[in-house]
Amino acid sequence: MALLRLAGRRLALAVPGLLGVIVVTFLLNRALPGDPAAFFAGPAATRQAIEEIRARLGLDKSVPEQFVYYVRDLARGDLGTSLTTGQPVLRDLATRLPASLELTLAGLTLAVTVALPLGVLSATRPGSWVDHLARVVTTAGVSLPIFFTGLLLVYVFYFLLGWAPAPLGRLDAFSTAPRQVTGFFVVDAVLAHDGALAWAALRQLALPAVTLGLFAMAPIARMTRASMLGVLGSEFIRTARAAGLAPRTVLVTYALRNALLPVITLLGMVFSFLLGANVLVEKVFAWPGVGSYALEALIASDYAPVQGFVLLMATLYVFLNLTIDIVYGLVDPRVRIEA
Amino acid sequence: MSALLRHGRYVLGENPVTAVAFGLFVVLILLALVGPSLAPHDPLASDTARKLEPPSARYWFGTDQVGRDILSRVLVATRLDLAISLSAVTLSFVVGSVLGASAGFFGGWTDRIVTRVTDTIMAFPLFVLAMAIVAALGNTLANIVYATAIINLPFYARMARAEVNVRREAGFVEAARLSGNGSARILTVHVFPNCLPPMMVQASLNLGWAILNAAGLSFIGLGVRPPTPEWGIMVAEGAAFIVSGEWWIALFPGLALMLAVFCFNLLGDGLRDLIDPRRRT
Repeated sequence: MALLRLAGRRLALAVPGLLGVIVVTFLLNRALPGDPAAFFAGPAATRQAIEEIRARLGLDKSVPEQFVYYVRDLARGDLGTSLTTGQPVLRDLATRLPASLELTLAGLTLAVTVALPLGVLSATRPGSWVDHLARVVTTAGVSLPIFFTGLLLVYVFYFLLGWAPAPLGRLDAFSTAPRQVTGFFVVDAVLAHDGALAWAALRQLALPAVTLGLFAMAPIARMTRASMLGVLGSEFIRTARAAGLAPRTVLVTYALRNALLPVITLLGMVFSFLLGANVLVEKVFAWPGVGSYALEALIASDYAPVQGFVLLMATLYVFLNLTIDIVYGLVDPRVRIEA
Repeated sequence: MSALLRHGRYVLGENPVTAVAFGLFVVLILLALVGPSLAPHDPLASDTARKLEPPSARYWFGTDQVGRDILSRVLVATRLDLAISLSAVTLSFVVGSVLGASAGFFGGWTDRIVTRVTDTIMAFPLFVLAMAIVAALGNTLANIVYATAIINLPFYARMARAEVNVRREAGFVEAARLSGNGSARILTVHVFPNCLPPMMVQASLNLGWAILNAAGLSFIGLGVRPPTPEWGIMVAEGAAFIVSGEWWIALFPGLALMLAVFCFNLLGDGLRDLIDPRRRT
């Protein structure tokens, strides 16, 4: 019950963030270079045609009025139409979002499963080889440009070793996509009992996911290590040890649970980086997600998809932060009591 | 001052990595200054007869798809890459300090507005916001700088706000006020200089990130236009050749980028050790 109340309060706190996002995307929309009406009308349009389009787009109205129309369109789910694909932007984004989510979640899962144990181990054994490994991974993770990591992995695992398939999207040319259930090819292929297809999809996913994972691993491992070191030196750990609790209980139940709190807070920042890095990784691996969609549109000066993409990413990020807050409440009972 | 120097020598001695990073930093600055005159070839001159040559004695880093010398291009690009990130970081440092310091010192509406603005910026995934800004303002080099500055702004504003806030009620501020100083003078002469050390650490840690962001933007084709030598766009040009095994086109500018970021990160860590030994990890 307390958790529900917490969730409700956080949801209310997310509203100003969401409002800010809508205002900023609207303003960026207005700041577009040139005359959008002339742009949409095309080079051969007459003055009258341009004026008609201006009226139809609502560009002859005052800025506050335009904002009202903008919000109304958003509420209807109308993000405009892409000039390049000729489809409504919302539909384009919806078909491409699963690809991006599959990649991001795979990268994040990989990062967490490696970085957490790495951070814990290096905190419990300072100066050991695990500690040094952790330091190398974290330094490389923050210094390597993510697109460069991706290219290095492609060179080594595709060109030199031949283990990975060509970095050309979610499936090779010979396979057809599985029937859509979740939109994640690997999961869908497993659900369709097609082992070969699942393997093919997994092989395509491996390198981009590792690229993202390496990038996200660094801050998580670094924070886990620092936070574990802090907690392990505290009084209640000494007390727990003195009371003769099993080392495992002390480490996991007492230390890790407390050490996780700053790590969970950090996850919000990691997500911010991941959603941005996703665009770069999608470009390197020709991954057909929302990021590469926005890039194609950007190159073609097709702005509606870019705005739609920014709005989608920002909304997603606001809700991710909301989820992180709620998870924080689950892990730390004190937050629930305060609520 | 001599105490600081002694402390500096002690920290450098304790941590040779910082000394290496400092040396690297000097090299980078020198390259930015004299890079173009060191370049063995013209960075823009193409020679299609010698395209895609692997590294050799004549072309140390090989040649790219139109036969330009990659070593020269990497050297010449140093100035542009450092200029973009330095100006972006300076811009967000100055604007962020002014906004954050006034928010922390005056409180009230100033504080509310500044906090709301920084929160709104932070509500976006930052790289995506930078993309959107460049897309909206126009695809130019100046806008890359502005976009990178805007996404860095919250970090400085929040830090300046917090640092000023804890000093607002300090004894020396009261003393300054009693001796008849105005708010603006107290803030700029008495409070803000005390906040500078942690802000400088933040700035040097931020430089690496600013370079990565700017290079990321030019990697996706924003800002810098070919044939201008810039590390991000050079990696992008080399990306197409990685699958066919011509690794040198993307590798060398990528390594230069990595080295610069690495250097700034280590330098930031070293600077932090120098200023605040408690935060050493």
